[in-house]
Amino acid sequence: MNFETIVGLEIHVELKTDTKIMSPAPAHFGAEPNKNIHVTDIAYPGVLPTLNKKAVEFGMKASMALNCDVAPIMNFDRKHYFYPDNPKAYQISQDKRPVGANGWIEIEVDGKKKKIRIERVHLEEDAGKLTHTENGYSLVDLNRQGTPLIEIVTEADVRSPEEAYAFLEKLKAIIQYTGVSDVRMEEGSLRCDANISLRPFGQEEFGTKTELKNLNSFNFIRRGIANEVARQEKILLSGGIIQQETRRYDEATGDTVLMRIKGSANDYRFINDPDLPEVHIEQEWIDRVRKEIPELPDARKARYVSELDLPEYDAHVLTLTKEMSDFFDATVKAGADPKLASNWLMGDVSAYLNAESKELHDTPLTPENLAQLVKLITDGTISSKIAKKVFTDLVKKGGNPADIVKEKGLVQISDEGTLRTIITEILDNNEQSIEDFKNGKDRAVGFLVGQVMKATKGQANPPLVNKLLMEEIKKR
Amino acid sequence: MTLTSKTATELQALLQKGEVTAKEVTEATLQTIEQHEEKIHAFIHVAKEEATKRAEQLDQEAANTRGRLFGVPIGIKDNIVTKDMKTTCASKMLEDFVPVYNATAIDKLEAAGAINIGKLNMDEFAMGSTSETSFFGNTLNPWNTDYVPGGSSGGSAAAVAAGEVPLSLGSDTGGSVRQPAAFCGIVGMKPTYGRISRFGLTAFASSLDQIGTMSRTVEDNALLLSVIAGEDDNDSSSSAKEVPDFTAALTGDIKGLKVAVPKPYLGEGVDTEIVAAVREAISVLESLGAVCEEVELPHIQYAPTTYYVISSSEAQSNLSRFDGLRYGYHTENAENLEQAYFRTRQEGFGNEVKKRIIFGTYAMSADHHEDLYVRAQKTRTLIAQDFDAVFEKYDVVIGPTAATTAFKLGETGGDQLVHYANDVLAVPANLTGRPALSVPCGFVNELPVGMQLMGKHFDEETLYKVAHAYEQATDFHKRTPSIQEGK
Repeated sequence: MNFETIVGLEIHVELKTDTKIMSPAPAHFGAEPNKNIHVTDIAYPGVLPTLNKKAVEFGMKASMALNCDVAPIMNFDRKHYFYPDNPKAYQISQDKRPVGANGWIEIEVDGKKKKIRIERVHLEEDAGKLTHTENGYSLVDLNRQGTPLIEIVTEADVRSPEEAYAFLEKLKAIIQYTGVSDVRMEEGSLRCDANISLRPFGQEEFGTKTELKNLNSFNFIRRGIANEVARQEKILLSGGIIQQETRRYDEATGDTVLMRIKGSANDYRFINDPDLPEVHIEQEWIDRVRKEIPELPDARKARYVSELDLPEYDAHVLTLTKEMSDFFDATVKAGADPKLASNWLMGDVSAYLNAESKELHDTPLTPENLAQLVKLITDGTISSKIAKKVFTDLVKKGGNPADIVKEKGLVQISDEGTLRTIITEILDNNEQSIEDFKNGKDRAVGFLVGQVMKATKGQANPPLVNKLLMEEIKKR
Repeated sequence: MTLTSKTATELQALLQKGEVTAKEVTEATLQTIEQHEEKIHAFIHVAKEEATKRAEQLDQEAANTRGRLFGVPIGIKDNIVTKDMKTTCASKMLEDFVPVYNATAIDKLEAAGAINIGKLNMDEFAMGSTSETSFFGNTLNPWNTDYVPGGSSGGSAAAVAAGEVPLSLGSDTGGSVRQPAAFCGIVGMKPTYGRISRFGLTAFASSLDQIGTMSRTVEDNALLLSVIAGEDDNDSSSSAKEVPDFTAALTGDIKGLKVAVPKPYLGEGVDTEIVAAVREAISVLESLGAVCEEVELPHIQYAPTTYYVISSSEAQSNLSRFDGLRYGYHTENAENLEQAYFRTRQEGFGNEVKKRIIFGTYAMSADHHEDLYVRAQKTRTLIAQDFDAVFEKYDVVIGPTAATTAFKLGETGGDQLVHYANDVLAVPANLTGRPALSVPCGFVNELPVGMQLMGKHFDEETLYKVAHAYEQATDFHKRTPSIQEGK
C-alpha cells in the first residue's frame, strides 16, 4: 500500500521591534540574563500589559506579504499553562481573532508550481529561556519573555519534505523582504514545528499526526520529515497504529525520538485578555502599512526574467535574500550587464561569502564597484581572468576597480602593434609549432596563445591575440 | 474637636494655612490608630516611620507648591502595591512581599502631598464580603465590634469610620468598596471602569476591578477621586476622558433630577428596615426636587451567577502567577517542579481563594466553557442592555447598597455564595462598568445603612452632586461610632 504524506507547518518568527510586545523593556539579544526585563515581564502583582503598536504593524505587514486578510478587529487572548519560563502562567496570544488569516504562498518543486495555504498569522509573546544545569537546577532567564512573535500556521497542504523545504525557503525570503524579522534559525528568530501524518492514497480523512520539534535548520526539517514519514510508514505497513505524540528530531542520528504522548488535547482555557482592549484596524492603517511593503521575491523574480532576460534559475537564487537582490538591482542600475552581474554575484561573490561566512554588508564591496568591474570587462579593458584578480582585491579592500587595474598594471593589451611585435618574436622562436599547426595539429595554436599570454602576464586581449596570431601564421 | 475627627478638606485648609503641620497631623493620626487598632484591627501594617519621615519632608516644602492633599493621611488597601512597603493582599502567599514599584494611584497621591499611613486589611485577594478571609485575622466594625465591617475593603472602611484616617483607597470588583462603606456608615465610590488606573492594583477580575475612594463625607470623596483619576499609559483600559474637579459638582441643586428605582432593589430578600430607610431617603431627594420612578430590570436575577462565573474565571487566570518561583511564598516541601507548584499554592492560598480558583478553572475548562463562561458573557451583555435602557431616561439609579446591615462575626462563615440578595445590588455596577456610590442613609439597631446611587458612564459628577445634596439635607454623616468617642 502506498501512503500520501500530509504535513502542516507551524512557524514562529520573532519580530525585530525595539521593545517587547507588552512591556517597555528592550527586545534584544545578548544581554546578561534577566537584564532586559520590566516588572511586567516578571508578572509582578498589579502589572498590566501595554501593547506595542509597532509589533501590530509588523504582524500586519507579514500577514499582507503572505497574502492574508488583515482582521478589521483583532483581540488578544490568554493561553494558560504552568511553566517556569511563563511567569504569568498564561501567554498573551491570539485565539479567535488573529491579525491575519486565509493567506497562501506559491512554491515550486521540480518545475511544478503549487500554492500552500496559510490558515492564520497571529501575534503572541515569546517565553523566557530555561537553562538546565548539571546539579539538577534550572535557571530562568526572562530576557526573551515578551519578545514579539508571529506564529504562522499552514493548512495541511504540504505533501513532501521537498515541499516543506521550498515553503520555508520562500517564507523566509518573504518575511525577510518585509523587514519585520531577521528570520535566522541559528539565532532562534525563525522556528518551525511540523505536524506529520500519512493516509492511503485516495482516502479523504487524515491519519493520526505526530508533532515534530527541534528542527533547527531547513535541511534538518527536510530530513526529519522524511525520516518521520518512513517511521510511520513502517508502523502502518506492519499493521500498527500511530500514536498522537510529540517527537524530537535528533540531529546526530537524523531520527525522530519520542518526547511525550499527547493525551487529550491540552486545555489552555483561552479567554479574551480583559487588560487589552480590542484593536480596530482601519482601512487607512492597512493601506499605509501596505505601502511600506517592498517588492517581494516573486515579483522581483518575474521582473528579472521578463525585463532583464535572466534565466529562471538566476532569478530564483538572486531573490532568495533581499540583500543579494537589492545588491543586484543596484549593480544593474549602475550600468552593469545583468547577466554578467548575476554571474558574478552567484559565482565569485557567493563563493567568497560562503568561504568567509560573511554577508554582503560585511564586505567593502559596493554595487557601484561591481558594476565598474563588469564594465571593465565588457569594454575590453581587462579580461575575465584578470577581473578575478581585481575582484580578490576589491572584495577584501574595496576601492575603484579601474584604479586597482592601473595600480597593478593589469590593463589589457589591445594595441595591435604591440601584440604583433610580441607574436612575431614568439613565432620566430617556435617554428616547430608553426609546422605542427600546418600539419593539422590545432593544439599548437593553444600553445602559442599561452606563450603570448605568458609574455604579457595574461594581459593580452585574448580574441585579438587569436586573430593576430592566425594572420601572422598565414604569412609564413 | 481633635485633628483626627476632621475631614480631609478641613485638614487641608489648616495645613495650607500653616495652622498645623503635616507632622502634627501624622502624629495625631498614629496616636488614634494606636488607640483603636486593638479593637478594630483595620491595618495590616502601620507605616509609622515612613509616614513620620514623609511628614517632616512635606513640612519643608514651600507653601506655593503644596498639592491638593498636602499633609493629609490616607490608608491604602493592601492589594494596591506600594514601593518598598509590604503589599500582602492579606494572604500568606504574599506575607513578605515588598514591591519594587508604586501603583499609579499611589504615585498620584504622593504627587498631591498625601501621606500613606499604612496598609489596610481586607479579604484575601479581595475575595469575600466580611474581611474574615484575611490571613492576618479579621477587622471589626467600629460601630459594634461583634460585627464585621463588610468586605473585601473592610479595613479601608473601618479605618475611616473609626476616625483613624479621613481617607482610604479600596478596590471594588463586586461591591467591595460600597458594601463595607454601607456597613461602616461612610461614603464609598466605585468610579467608572477606566476612570482610575488599575496599574499596581493586584488583579482579582480584570474586567470588573476598579480602585475606589472612601471617606466620611462626599466632598472628601470627590476631592480624592479628582486627585487619583485619569488616563495612564501603563493601563490600556484607563480612559482618556478628561477628569473634572469633582468637588465643583457639589452645588446642592438637584431640581429636575430623574431618579430610577428598580423594583427588585426594594423587593424580596432586602430587609424591610433597609427598604424603609431607602424609601425615606427617596422622599428626601424628592423634597429636593428630584423625580423618582420605579423601573424594571428584566435580567437582574442573573447578575450574581454571571458575576461569579466571570470573576472566578478571571481570578483563576490572574492568580496563576503566584507560583512561588519569582516572589512570594515558596513551599519547603517540594522535590520537583510539579510539587513546588502544587504545594506552594496549597499552602499559600486560603480556602475562599482556592474555592474560586477551582470554580473559575472549571468554568473555563473545555467541557464547560460554552455553558458557563460564554453564557455568562452573554448575560453580562443583557444586563448591560437593561441598564442602558434605564439610563436613556434617567440620570441616576437608586437602591440600597446592601440588603442587610453588617453581619455578625462568623455568621456567614466567609461564604460569599449566600449573599445573593446583596450581589443583586452590588455587582451590576461592575458588570456594566458604571460608577456607583454608597452614602449613609440611616441606622438599624445602631448599625449603619447605605444608599447606593449608580450613574452614567463617566458621570461621577452627578453621583457626587446628588449624594452631597442628600448628605447636606440629613444628619447621618455627623454620627460617629462609639469607638471614636472612646466609649
